[in-house]
Amino acid sequence: MTQLDVTEAAAGATVVRNQARVRRRKGLNGRSIAVLVFLTMCALFFCVPLYVVLTTSLKTMEEIRQGQIFALPETWTLEAWNFAWNDACSGITCEGLKVGFWNSVRILVPSLILSITLAMVTGYALALWEVKWAGTFLFLLFLCAFVPLQIIMFPLIAITRTMGVYGTIMGVAVVHSVMAMPVLTLIFRNFYKDIPREIMNAAIMDSGSFWKIFVEIILPMSGNILIVVLILQITNVWNDYLVGVTFGGFNTQPMTVNLANMVTVSTGTATYNVDMAAALLTAIPPLVIYFMVGKFFVAGITAGAIKG
Amino acid sequence: MPRVSFEHIVKSYGGLNILEDLNLSVDHGEFLVLLGPSGCGKTTLLNLLAGLTDVTDGRIMIGERDVTELDPKDRGLAMVFQSYALYPTKSVRGNLKFGLSAAKLPREEVARRVDWAAKLLQIEPLMDRRPSQLSGGQRQRVAIGRALVKHADVLLFDEPLSNLDAKLRTEMRLEIMRLHDELNPTVVYVTHDQIEAMTMATRIAVMNGGVIQQFGTPDEVYETPANLFVAGFIGAPAMNLKKGHIAKANGGVAGVFETGERIVLDDYAFARAPEEGAPVVIGLRPEHFGAPNAPIGDAAGRFELPLQHTERTGSDATGYLHWGDGLLSHRVEPGDAARLRPGEKISVAFPRGKANLFDAASGERL
Repeated sequence: MTQLDVTEAAAGATVVRNQARVRRRKGLNGRSIAVLVFLTMCALFFCVPLYVVLTTSLKTMEEIRQGQIFALPETWTLEAWNFAWNDACSGITCEGLKVGFWNSVRILVPSLILSITLAMVTGYALALWEVKWAGTFLFLLFLCAFVPLQIIMFPLIAITRTMGVYGTIMGVAVVHSVMAMPVLTLIFRNFYKDIPREIMNAAIMDSGSFWKIFVEIILPMSGNILIVVLILQITNVWNDYLVGVTFGGFNTQPMTVNLANMVTVSTGTATYNVDMAAALLTAIPPLVIYFMVGKFFVAGITAGAIKG
Repeated sequence: MPRVSFEHIVKSYGGLNILEDLNLSVDHGEFLVLLGPSGCGKTTLLNLLAGLTDVTDGRIMIGERDVTELDPKDRGLAMVFQSYALYPTKSVRGNLKFGLSAAKLPREEVARRVDWAAKLLQIEPLMDRRPSQLSGGQRQRVAIGRALVKHADVLLFDEPLSNLDAKLRTEMRLEIMRLHDELNPTVVYVTHDQIEAMTMATRIAVMNGGVIQQFGTPDEVYETPANLFVAGFIGAPAMNLKKGHIAKANGGVAGVFETGERIVLDDYAFARAPEEGAPVVIGLRPEHFGAPNAPIGDAAGRFELPLQHTERTGSDATGYLHWGDGLLSHRVEPGDAARLRPGEKISVAFPRGKANLFDAASGERL
């Protein structure tokens, strides 16, 4: 290397270092301001309606009738929340949202267990064992993931009626599980596909048992993806309206249907504070779940099966 | 006694034959190394033996048992993988135990075997750690332990040392040899590293293109390579392979190189009498050459060529001489190598009875 090269390289290095220092020192420039403005507007877009819903639910009806929807409540009261939970009328029953809440929980638990167990085992078999027609099966699953519920609604009603679960909690849970199967299976299959072949070979030589390998080796490696699927499925099932209203029976409708019936009254006055409180009550459970395990959710999406 | 044999093995993937009518058998307690470049079919052969892939045709025997149709776990094998393949969510102890509890052994027996392996491999302090908390060398010990606890008749190794650094590799090589001496299982070991093959094997099967090129002891494979592929593949630095022809004169046989140099071949053990003028490839091992510019007593040939450069690899050094349009490599003492200057004309002698001869057309040994 000549003397000239050396000085040039040194100068280059200094320039790079200076740039780095400049970039770090400058906190605000045109680009970051633009980003900040955009983010603020996004935040407002979501926060303002939320603010209105929250404050309205804490007001009395008299205050609401004054029409100042952005004002803070003069008298803070949880009366509307209490009424929505315990006494509000949905159709002809006036037992509040708690009926729907417990129905939703009773739908959620079996549908979670059913769909996740089935999808997990199917995904494991498709990814790690030699299954005949696995490619075709995967393609069909992929297609099924794009079929909207509305298209197969009538046949599904007929099927569930033949099975004797139409109009029951189990009926709603089963339909949820079936509808979730394609996507969940694909998610699990893609996750398990990344498990090194050699680990699977070692397990096959050690044990060879489909279930033993699943329970002892694969299941403990699935923590991350389980969290992801759990959140996905809880949100899906809880926020569903269509399946609930179609397949739920008279007294077995989920919280969302309960809420809709409560809000769309045709007689009397609209009690906005109760409506808002009811909407918030319905939205809270998935939020709580998300805040509790959201940290793992992100980790689960980004992490693979193998660490270290 | 378990004797592993492959009989007329055919393996094809979608019409493409990877292995074609392959036969190989190895006795109990042998250390068989399958050696060859990437894609030569050695790992395929190992996976067939392990049962991880199915043979298209042929039969695999372990002892008196035909295992061709058996599940991997029923074949009485244990395997060590290149990437260790430890179960990431199990502790070291859990890893060792998994194969045993799957075999439904009594609890005390499992504990006894795990302790025995831990002691043998000196991994006792690591027993409660996870694989992610271990170094590469430790992981490989655990992987070997997991194979040993099964007391399998046949141990399979799939390039177990290629993920380790050079120093660890030497250590683990000695370790595996010690285990083989102590426990004396039958070992089938796949590698592309000829040093591993030469040091550990009792028998080497050199493979290329799905065909076993030569099957023999390390000495046989090294001293009398069966064809040009084996001659070129085994040995570092590689054997000098130069084209020439046979010349007969005064009742003796000599090889004449294309560049005109002659080499006496009177001591060569020809499989059949050579013909005058037959085209051949003559192979000269670099380490057989005498010291530069020093006469040796029984020289078969002498080469005076300009030096291109020398290369020192620690305990050894190699000189490269310009020869025709190629190079001639020869071993030199490291002390001498420092004295040689590039461009300098150097005279090296090749002793009698050391040359290798191959048919130029077929590549087979003459």
